[in-house]
Amino acid sequence: MDFTELTIASAGKLLVEKKLSVSELVNACLERISKLEPKLHAFILVAEDKAREQAEMAQKLIDRGEADSPLLGIPMGHKDIYCTRGVETTAASNILKGYVPPYSATTVEKLEKAGAVSLGKLNCDAFAHGSSTENSDFGPTHNPYDITRVPGGSSGGSAVAVAASEVFFSTGTDTGSSIRLPAAFTNTVGLKPTYGRVSRYGIMAMASSLDSPGPITKTVEDCAYVLSAMAGHDPRDATSSKRPVPDYASFLGQDIKGWKVGVLKEFFSQGLDPAVEQVTRKAIAELSSLGAKIEEVSLPSLEYALAVYYIITPSEISSNLARYDGIKYGFSVEKEESSAARDLLEVYERSRGLGFGAEAKRRIMIGTYALSSGYYDAYYKKALKVRELIRRDYVSAFEKYDLLVGPVSPTPPFKLGEKADDPLQMYLSDIYMTPINLAGIPAISVPCGFVAGLPAGLQIMGPHFAEEKILQAAYAYEQATQFYKIRPKL
Amino acid sequence: MTEFTPVIGLEIHLQLKTRSKMFCASLNGSDGADPNTNICEVCTGQPGSLPVANREAIEKAILMGLALNCEIAEYSKFDRKNYFYPDLPKGYQISQFDKPICGKGEVRFEVGGKECRVSITRAHLEEDAGKLIHPVNSDYSLVDLNRAGTPLLETVTEPDFTSPEQAKAFLQHLRTLARYLGVSDADMEKGQLRCDANISMRPHGSSALPNYKVEVKNMNSFKAVEEALTYEIERQSAELAEGRKLATETRGWSDEKKVTLSQRSKEGSDDYRYFPEPDLPVLHFTREFVETIRSRLPELPAAKRARLISEYNLPEKLAGQLVEDKFLAEYFEAVVSELSEWLSVAGEREPEKLKALVKEAANWCAGIFTELLNAAGIAAGESKVTPENFAELLKMIEKSEVSKTAAKAVFAEMFETGEDPSNIVEEKGLKQVSDAGAIEAVFDKVMAGNPKWVADYKAGKTQVAGSFIGAVMKETKGKANPQVVNEILKKKLE
Repeated sequence: MDFTELTIASAGKLLVEKKLSVSELVNACLERISKLEPKLHAFILVAEDKAREQAEMAQKLIDRGEADSPLLGIPMGHKDIYCTRGVETTAASNILKGYVPPYSATTVEKLEKAGAVSLGKLNCDAFAHGSSTENSDFGPTHNPYDITRVPGGSSGGSAVAVAASEVFFSTGTDTGSSIRLPAAFTNTVGLKPTYGRVSRYGIMAMASSLDSPGPITKTVEDCAYVLSAMAGHDPRDATSSKRPVPDYASFLGQDIKGWKVGVLKEFFSQGLDPAVEQVTRKAIAELSSLGAKIEEVSLPSLEYALAVYYIITPSEISSNLARYDGIKYGFSVEKEESSAARDLLEVYERSRGLGFGAEAKRRIMIGTYALSSGYYDAYYKKALKVRELIRRDYVSAFEKYDLLVGPVSPTPPFKLGEKADDPLQMYLSDIYMTPINLAGIPAISVPCGFVAGLPAGLQIMGPHFAEEKILQAAYAYEQATQFYKIRPKL
Repeated sequence: MTEFTPVIGLEIHLQLKTRSKMFCASLNGSDGADPNTNICEVCTGQPGSLPVANREAIEKAILMGLALNCEIAEYSKFDRKNYFYPDLPKGYQISQFDKPICGKGEVRFEVGGKECRVSITRAHLEEDAGKLIHPVNSDYSLVDLNRAGTPLLETVTEPDFTSPEQAKAFLQHLRTLARYLGVSDADMEKGQLRCDANISMRPHGSSALPNYKVEVKNMNSFKAVEEALTYEIERQSAELAEGRKLATETRGWSDEKKVTLSQRSKEGSDDYRYFPEPDLPVLHFTREFVETIRSRLPELPAAKRARLISEYNLPEKLAGQLVEDKFLAEYFEAVVSELSEWLSVAGEREPEKLKALVKEAANWCAGIFTELLNAAGIAAGESKVTPENFAELLKMIEKSEVSKTAAKAVFAEMFETGEDPSNIVEEKGLKQVSDAGAIEAVFDKVMAGNPKWVADYKAGKTQVAGSFIGAVMKETKGKANPQVVNEILKKKLE
């Protein structure tokens, strides 16, 4: 048995059949982590003791024949912006170094209740600001298909840990691309659910009106299992939906014959790498051969999406990051003996000045500006209006089409450092993904082949709360192509 | 010389009395709790925590809005007010900016027997901040977040007040309303009711707003509000009389020095970078919902007062005193119902008798009962004296079983122990003496001891009668029936 070929589905079967114990599985993952981490740096913190404790509990349930979740005994990792009670949670930022949350995110609790075993906290761009995981204050994560390249971001650690078989699935968050881009860059499956489908409670906010927590897995089937466990109403998140959660896995294996699939014209614009375009077109042809009716569709408002995104997001960020003030928790100059502040203002200025990285500061500056009186109407208020137009464009497109498709990233994974000093180039990596967040709809990145040995993803978008449709199509495509089987050589 | 008229508007923060805080499940109300014990991840602003709006607070805000005759919004939302301060854990306060839950309103209230009206600009919901504690002789401050997240209703009035008395009377009226509705205890000393005032002066007869305004803060009692505004009127009038220009600024009232002191100039407006709170969905209130809440409005003080006057023939002032405290008014009516039941059981259908008894009940409620309640710091309903016992005592007075003087002592005892008045009268031997022979003996003793009084009375100074009666009462420990004493006095001295 090749360990790296195991999925949640296949490993779960072995566990229930007692051909494998949870601790064997956990140990195999921990061994892999200690072997690969020096190269990849997917983890910020490995919680070995806690993992073994949880593994024992999961084994007891299996031994008593009480296994009732496909996630029971399955090793996972959380993006380090998911609060985990008693386990340091840093958002990959110096300003939260040493912060131990007094509570756990709703999703963390749900997954633990399903019996999944957390191996630790995964690297990301600090506060999820970025598209390469280079903005982590604790060093970048490397792409397992080419360690000189980025894994995408911001949930880079989450994607790499899955791609490298250090865990079987991970949690991520997607505010503008942060699940889909790293999934596309690492040949994994990443789903950004509908806004409100998965609770945000306990997940450090980036842009509250866009943040969508979701899973990263090796396969579409695994994605369905994890999403079923994560989704659902949370009374502690007033923006979470009360709609019932379907059994996503039950939709897999049904065909997509006759489905109308729109190809987004604006996603094949200038700046799309020709090789990426080629694999994407090939993937669309595959959908056609699976019986889908393909048509080109244009949503003119998409032109404004990135601009709107980069007003709304920093505005919300500037407010959401205000709580990191050196007073209550995390980094404070007050604690640094050599640099005691003279007054309150200096505590704020120096704690935040030293604690935040360049990208957080950039976004705080832009957002503060956009919300200032005299500018609010021209920027934030106008952005909200355009956002509504984008949302309506999608809603009316879905009156005609079952699904929309396009590429995830305009380019293959780029070199570490290549865009690090050019924020605008970095922001453009997200051009095909941010509109989805603005509209609040769900979208998946599913492996669709390789460009010069580097993975690419096909983006499948669906109507609000139609995750099952996306999964059904993604599964059909995945089973026909099987790119997920191409594991990185490590 | 130009005469100036004050222009005064108020901003009032009312802590709403709800089970839990505005946006989390932590209990609301931390009186006497150790610092930072009534907190959770939400009200301490832990990363990742999210607010959920408290339905009870929203309903109470609407109830108060209805009592202020405000338009209730069909659509309302929360906004973030961004600023840094150590008592504000999230770095922003969740408040309401352009869509307050309660819009324009109007309130009528009384000042010195005259009706006055003030327009309400708006009333909105927000969360309270924590408290900073500054230990003496230390170079640090401490933060207590027990109060953080307490629901606040901020009411803003138009600058309609023209005197400190009006401002104070309105504030007291607002407190009475809040207590009637049960939305807040509105105790200023406990910070449950807080008031800032904006005040400026304009030439008499002018209707334009002055080009400056002074915000006065730190007024922690009704008296302080009146004093601070009176002080400002004098200060500003003097400045203007000398031809000086006044600037917009914030001043703080010093209760010790009885002056306002400049805190900061406010020429440039603060930029709080308000934007819609993305963590909370917008609120939609249907007409039915608002009507359901309206149906919960109790009888309000003005209506209650009018009814007490017409139903029981009470003097205006006495009725006003009773309705000031909802619980006292309710208590009074409970006593009245006991009294009328007694009379009807006794088969006495004399309306005059009931009227007299009811007035007596009102006097007792507004008098000694209120004094005792205030001293004990409790509400009428919390007292050990049941309305039944209260009525019983009034009956005993009416039947001359106990003198009014002795009855006061009996009542104090009832208040202390909750005992039956007849038992107390029995135990303490306070039963009224109407036996003329016994009283005459005492009277003779008093006459013998005070020959000057006898001479004075006979010389026509009949006002010494009071001294005689007082002395007899003292001798009999208040038990002598005053009517009998009076008769004996007339018999002996005339």
